[in-house]
Amino acid sequence: MSALDRVTNLRKEAQDAVGRADATTELDQLRVRYLGRKAELPNLLRRVVELPPEERAAVGKAANEARQAIAAQIEERAAGLAGKELQARLARDRVDVTLPPDPPPAIGHHHLISQTRREIEDVFVGLGFMVHEGPEVETAYYNFDALNIPVTHPSRLETDTFYVKPAEDIFDPNTVLLRVHTSPMQIRVMEQTPPPIYVIVPGRVYRPDLDATHTPQFHQVEGLAVDTDVTLADLKGTLLRFARAVFGEQREVRLRPSFFPFTEPSVEVDVSCFHCVDGVTASGERCSLCKGTSWLEILGAGMVDPNVFEYVREHGYDPERVQGFAFGMGIERIAMLKYGVPDLRLLYDNDVRFLEQF
Amino acid sequence: MRLPLEWLYRYCRPDLDTDALARRLALTGTGVERVEHHGPRELHRFVIGKVLEAGRHPRADRLCVCRVDIGDREPVQIVCGAPNVRAGQTVAVAQPGAVMPDGTPLSIANLRGVDSHGMILAEDELALGPDHEGIVVLDSRDLRGTGLPQARDGLVPGTPLSEVIPLATDVLELEITPNRPDCLGIYGVAREVHAATGAALQPPPWNDDPGTPGDVEGAGVAVDAPPELCPRFTARVFDDVHIGPSPPWLKARLMAAGQRPISNVVDITNYVMLEAGQPLHAFDLDRVAGHSLVVRQARRGETMRTLDGQLRELDEQMVLIADDEGPTSIAGVMGGERSEVSDATTRVLLEVATWNGPNIHRTSLKLGLRSEASTRYEKQLQPEQAMEAQAEATRLMVELCGARLAPGTIDIGGPGRTPRSILLRDERVAGLLGAPIPRARCQEILEALQFAARDTEDGLTATPPPFRRADVTREADVIEEVARIDGFDRLPATLPSRHGASGRLTDRQRLRRRAVGALVAQGLDEAVGWSFASPELARRLHLPEHLALELLNPMSSSEAELRTTLLGSLLDVVARNRNQGARAVRVFEVGNVYLPSAERLPREPERLAALVSGPVRPATWREQAPREADFFAAKGVLAALLGALRVPCRVERREWPFLHPGRAAAVTFGGQEAGWLGEIHPLVLGEWDLDGSVAGFEVDLDPIFAAATGAPSYVDLTTFPAVREDLAVVVPEGVPAQRVQETMLAVGAPLLAAAELFDTYRDAEQIGSDRVSLAFHLEFRAPDRTLTDEEVAAKRVAIGQALRERLGGRVREGT
Ligand SMILES: [Zn+2]
Repeated sequence: MSALDRVTNLRKEAQDAVGRADATTELDQLRVRYLGRKAELPNLLRRVVELPPEERAAVGKAANEARQAIAAQIEERAAGLAGKELQARLARDRVDVTLPPDPPPAIGHHHLISQTRREIEDVFVGLGFMVHEGPEVETAYYNFDALNIPVTHPSRLETDTFYVKPAEDIFDPNTVLLRVHTSPMQIRVMEQTPPPIYVIVPGRVYRPDLDATHTPQFHQVEGLAVDTDVTLADLKGTLLRFARAVFGEQREVRLRPSFFPFTEPSVEVDVSCFHCVDGVTASGERCSLCKGTSWLEILGAGMVDPNVFEYVREHGYDPERVQGFAFGMGIERIAMLKYGVPDLRLLYDNDVRFLEQF
Repeated sequence: MRLPLEWLYRYCRPDLDTDALARRLALTGTGVERVEHHGPRELHRFVIGKVLEAGRHPRADRLCVCRVDIGDREPVQIVCGAPNVRAGQTVAVAQPGAVMPDGTPLSIANLRGVDSHGMILAEDELALGPDHEGIVVLDSRDLRGTGLPQARDGLVPGTPLSEVIPLATDVLELEITPNRPDCLGIYGVAREVHAATGAALQPPPWNDDPGTPGDVEGAGVAVDAPPELCPRFTARVFDDVHIGPSPPWLKARLMAAGQRPISNVVDITNYVMLEAGQPLHAFDLDRVAGHSLVVRQARRGETMRTLDGQLRELDEQMVLIADDEGPTSIAGVMGGERSEVSDATTRVLLEVATWNGPNIHRTSLKLGLRSEASTRYEKQLQPEQAMEAQAEATRLMVELCGARLAPGTIDIGGPGRTPRSILLRDERVAGLLGAPIPRARCQEILEALQFAARDTEDGLTATPPPFRRADVTREADVIEEVARIDGFDRLPATLPSRHGASGRLTDRQRLRRRAVGALVAQGLDEAVGWSFASPELARRLHLPEHLALELLNPMSSSEAELRTTLLGSLLDVVARNRNQGARAVRVFEVGNVYLPSAERLPREPERLAALVSGPVRPATWREQAPREADFFAAKGVLAALLGALRVPCRVERREWPFLHPGRAAAVTFGGQEAGWLGEIHPLVLGEWDLDGSVAGFEVDLDPIFAAATGAPSYVDLTTFPAVREDLAVVVPEGVPAQRVQETMLAVGAPLLAAAELFDTYRDAEQIGSDRVSLAFHLEFRAPDRTLTDEEVAAKRVAIGQALRERLGGRVREGT
């Protein structure tokens, strides 16, 4: 068979095969078989110089045309097949779009106590207060004596204060105990820092008590502002800003006279109820949050008692020259009011079904 | 304390309704917990009646059909079941329309065929006491001492009963602050109401004292206790005492105040206590051995039987009252059985004393014995109050018990010293409050509060009344008095001038927030555990020894110590949630632990601990069994935490008693150990009834925060491209991957920016036994140029050489 015939046959054979191919993978194989490095047609082309001179031009031309034609046909056929194949694949890939999604990466939750603590901290930082922290295990001196709480005060008894062994004499100022309030930090801060001071002190405190509104461990935020001219009106204004930031812009505060050994005058501070109007809820019932009084008690406060300043007088706190206010609020109480938590103990159960609500 | 308003109004009647009065009191310093109603309602339906006839009921033996004059033109017919009803009696009648104390409305009844137009009332039906046996029979003598103006006309049929008996009243439940024991009596509150509302104050009921000073014949008292324990002791003697029931008006007031009537003498002591705020104690003088009393401290182990029938053991700090035969009363707390007043009593010694508040508080706590008396005494009453109560009781003993007062009054200790005067400067009032109160207003308020107030150059000189002696001693105390009555609602709401002080969080507080945020972002829930721990915890954690602070008075034995690790409470949290059905529990806590130290106070390092357990992701229809959290899951959480804080750290193999020995490590910063990382030992998990894998870590925050200070500096990562290559090395088994990585980074510096392990591979045939292949992604870069192949190749050679020389490893061919 002449070389020219062979080219013609190859071209026909290849074009028939391409014409029959019905997958792009098959075309790839045909491309290799007819046009690849080891295929016959390109070989023929490469060896055209070995042919007799009179055949060279015709065979070379025919082989070249055959190669181009086969390549073009493969391309054309491939384009057609690729489109069909993609359609088929997309049809296969079809899903039920109503199936559940991949779960998003789980995000954890801040404990309600620390969320509330942060919220309180942020309000007071904005009002110009620094945040201090201090020891939870304290001496009777800082917890009681220096706060003008007499040795005879009932809160010192073992029914009201946890003592750390040996505690041979619970009335000794050096006796070690668990602080019953964050107020010892009033003294520690004043010992460390001369006036003016504007601080809050969040932290754990302890009292032997357990029911729906008491746990033996809870959290308070102490506030202390001492300067030459801090007044009771400033306390009212500061706590008004606090109440509005935490409970809403419409809130008002009310000071009621009270008694604490380390403040004089002493006040209880109420915030107007955010759950009702004049003790009646939107649905016309007596408000359960404020018991129909339209006021919620949120904290105790007052002007720092001159006797307290006497304990830190040598640190720059002469009661004739400086004055200030102090307050102490329960973080749990604020959280329970704000989020409607009915039982304090829920905050310490650490049940994730509780934790993940907030 | 219960404040029946009807009783209050005897002394001060403000023009305010009950709720308005309660509000006013709350806003001036007398807390009001509750407002209640006591007694029947529809009072005009309760009238005085006179039984004209009491005949047998035709069809019921036990019932009488009475005709009762109730002031109407015609008598009414009332059926009565009381055995004591007789014609001629003056009785209390409820007419149809009345509402009984228990809330039941009364209507015309038909009792076995006979209509009854009302009821003749027994004691309980009038809220005068518990008795339901017979009807109340009124006697005009019962009107003595009522204090009700209409009572003078006597018992006229048809007169509303409430005009002669204080039948019903609103009652305020007050919350008296511990500095105001003077308000523990009706008259004390009346003084407050006077100051708070401006309503006129009637003179106190003790102004007219029928008694006389001097010795008392036939009775003696000695005080052998130190005067600070018994500042005043007064006593009077009454002869010819007729024990009997108290008159209805007195019973009604006691009941409204929450005190059950017993008999006239006891009722008088209670009545005066409630009115004057001063406890009293009546002895049957004939049962006082030797007719003399001595006040002394108890002897150790001395016992006595108190009124409640209990035998009490006393100690030397307790004060008692004894007669010749021994203790008869625990001072200020409770009387004894032996000399108690009984129906047979005819001679009474009435003791009214002042005791030491803290001492009484201690005694009552120690004995577990709290009484109306002790709760008043423990707040420190003033000596003047003792004589006031004695005076009022004397009058009532004579009026109501037919008693004859023996001449003389035993009075040891006498009144207290005159209270000190205090200067109240105008400028201090305005300076402390933030708004002025005019001097005249201050004076008006102080005088209403029974202070003496005198004008001086720059303010007032204020002298508190004796009953405020302990409470008001300084200028600030007086400022509080004027401010609370003037009203805190008048104060403006200002902000402090601050003088340049500014607020911010400290670095530590900001870092803590970032640390917590990083863990929350990793899907962990924050827990807040107890600071208390059980002494058992160390054993459950397999800790060989442990030193913890112990509480003297824990809530329970399982809360007797302070925690030295956060692990115990976190395991509690995991166990609790697993028991509630949670599959995956991922929790952390930031909090203090408490470590005994050589100092007086313990160290309280702040720790952060986390535990992860269960599937790392929730199972879904696409992934039915996600991986369970293990060592590396916990390590990932730790890495996220430290990454957020930009703190480099290492972990080193180390065993801990409570961790899986093969999956435990120490976390170190700059060579200093800061905590542990690992899977909890299965035996420890068993202590919490947990199975599977629970992994976690606990680190001290001090070293971490110390390493985390400073902001990061900019590095140019974009101008010149990095060269990325992979490198697999074969090292002997046991060489930690971290050392391989650190060696690479040390030798590759400064061009090698990162070396991340992405594969481990073991195959005895291909790489030899006891060998492991570790494959790393390497990233080379220079800040000032694009690296050449030669530069990178040179570093690869150097790394290969170092691994060979230092770790006995080699670079795997083909990488
Ligand atoms: Zn409300």
